[in-house]
Amino acid sequence: MMRALRQWLVPALFLAPALLVFTWFKFIPMALGLRMSFYKVNFGAPNEWIGLENFSRVLEDEALGAAAWNTFLYVTCTVSLSVVLALLLALSMQGVTRHIRIIRTALFLPAITSAAVLAEVWRILYAPTPDGIMNSIAALFGITAQGYLNDPDWALQWLMLMHLWKSVPYDMVIFVAGMATINHELYEAARVDGATAWQRLRFVTIPGLTHAITIVIVLGMIRGFRVFAEIQATTGGGPAGATEVIMTRIYKLGFVQFDYGYASAASVVLFVFTALCTLLYLQWRKRLEA
Amino acid sequence: MHDSFSWTKLGAALPRWCFYALLLVVFVGPFWAFAMTAFSGVTLQPGELVFWPKSPTMDNFHYAWFKTRVWRYLLNSMLIVTFGLVLQVSISSLAAYALARKRFVGSAVVSMLILSTMMLPEEVIAIPLYLVLGNIPLFKVSLLNTHLGMILPLIGWAFSIFMLTEFMKKVPLELEEAARMDGASEWQIFWLVILPLIKPALGTVTVFGFIMIWDQYLLPLIVANREDLYTLPVALASVRADEAMPPAVFVAITLIAMLPSILIYLAMQKAFNRGLLAGAVKG
Repeated sequence: MMRALRQWLVPALFLAPALLVFTWFKFIPMALGLRMSFYKVNFGAPNEWIGLENFSRVLEDEALGAAAWNTFLYVTCTVSLSVVLALLLALSMQGVTRHIRIIRTALFLPAITSAAVLAEVWRILYAPTPDGIMNSIAALFGITAQGYLNDPDWALQWLMLMHLWKSVPYDMVIFVAGMATINHELYEAARVDGATAWQRLRFVTIPGLTHAITIVIVLGMIRGFRVFAEIQATTGGGPAGATEVIMTRIYKLGFVQFDYGYASAASVVLFVFTALCTLLYLQWRKRLEA
Repeated sequence: MHDSFSWTKLGAALPRWCFYALLLVVFVGPFWAFAMTAFSGVTLQPGELVFWPKSPTMDNFHYAWFKTRVWRYLLNSMLIVTFGLVLQVSISSLAAYALARKRFVGSAVVSMLILSTMMLPEEVIAIPLYLVLGNIPLFKVSLLNTHLGMILPLIGWAFSIFMLTEFMKKVPLELEEAARMDGASEWQIFWLVILPLIKPALGTVTVFGFIMIWDQYLLPLIVANREDLYTLPVALASVRADEAMPPAVFVAITLIAMLPSILIYLAMQKAFNRGLLAGAVKG
């Protein structure tokens, strides 16, 4: 009896601090958020149970729909471009492991820079004045001065470029690591069989990188759907809603309009969506390994 | 013969080096320009950056330190990152010890619960977290507008727990048993046997934890509604709003905000790469 108790008590004590903070700051908020999504949250008066009304509002809300569309564009463009560019960079670095270390170190600086700082750096690079850095570069190619983040037609695309600056080097490092694990004998065999460079890429390198590519795509999607800091700190969703994404919209609903119930319902939908992406990925990986 | 051989070699290597140079300009150029602009005079136009200061001065930093509240924001950031990191690594090590070295009923459930939070985007629980921080269950106190409110929610981090669990699992059982034979207590085994053996993993979770905490944006934003509690990265937007401040001073302030994560990354690169590759290869 004492022994059994001890066997349980020791791990319980070691786990207690972690479980306490997880309960307080993750599990309770999760449960509370889920509950609030079924209520109309009132201030100074009891909350009203309104069933699924918040969720039906989510489906009809045009502003939220526009934000979801922007998020979708942002995610698909950044994730696909990032994979392609990173793959090209990784291929160009294949086989020169010796120089890579110092260059890899340098290329990683954008990836470790915090989103809010990144936003300020790019606000300055995107200065819409003729002397601004990006406009000076544009002038080299004979392009007229742009408005960048002030331009409602292009602001989202400029934010995508900012995102790529951070994600391409990161993805590239993952691909370089993945390439290092590909069996060299496969390349030898391909050479003996007279495979062209394209065939080596198509039938040896890409299949060997399937796992790394999937990870990059899935992580990119999961992070992309909830993008917040880098957009809030650059445009705040403007100009004229051109860069509004799901999370900047939810932030406004919750912390500007104080519509807690509705904002919670939108958060629940976003969570279910990201969780589904994750589960699909896990399922896919299981099938691949089986 | 020998000469011409090395010339062809150089000719073949040249495009590659030009390509590397281009990469460095694109991805490191902005950092370089920010550093150089920060040390140049205060008379620049908005949006203007310099790549080599004609007469380097510390004027911008002097202005930033004495005429803005940057020191206050930097102090907030330092407090949060120091206490946050110590607590995060401590509770992660404790939890990892139980998960890696003990068999107990419910072990799988606890792992699942912790793992599930990795799927949960923090942004999604921002509103209920704000309400919880305003009235902590059991204690009935508010942590809004406190440093503690910005620290406690980030010290439970599933990544850190799982990274340490993986490494602790690899420590041979014989070492633990030998210590137990010598009469070591549970705590002594944790502290004197296991922890010293997983130092590299502790380095990894420290550098990732630092970058994660420095990257926090939404949490300080919802916890603090007084600006003097903001962390430096979050305060940048309100610092920028001061129109009397010369543009180059703001560049210097942004440089101050990016330096800590760069320095810790450069200092602990080996540990950083270990974590990156573990994540990339194992998923």
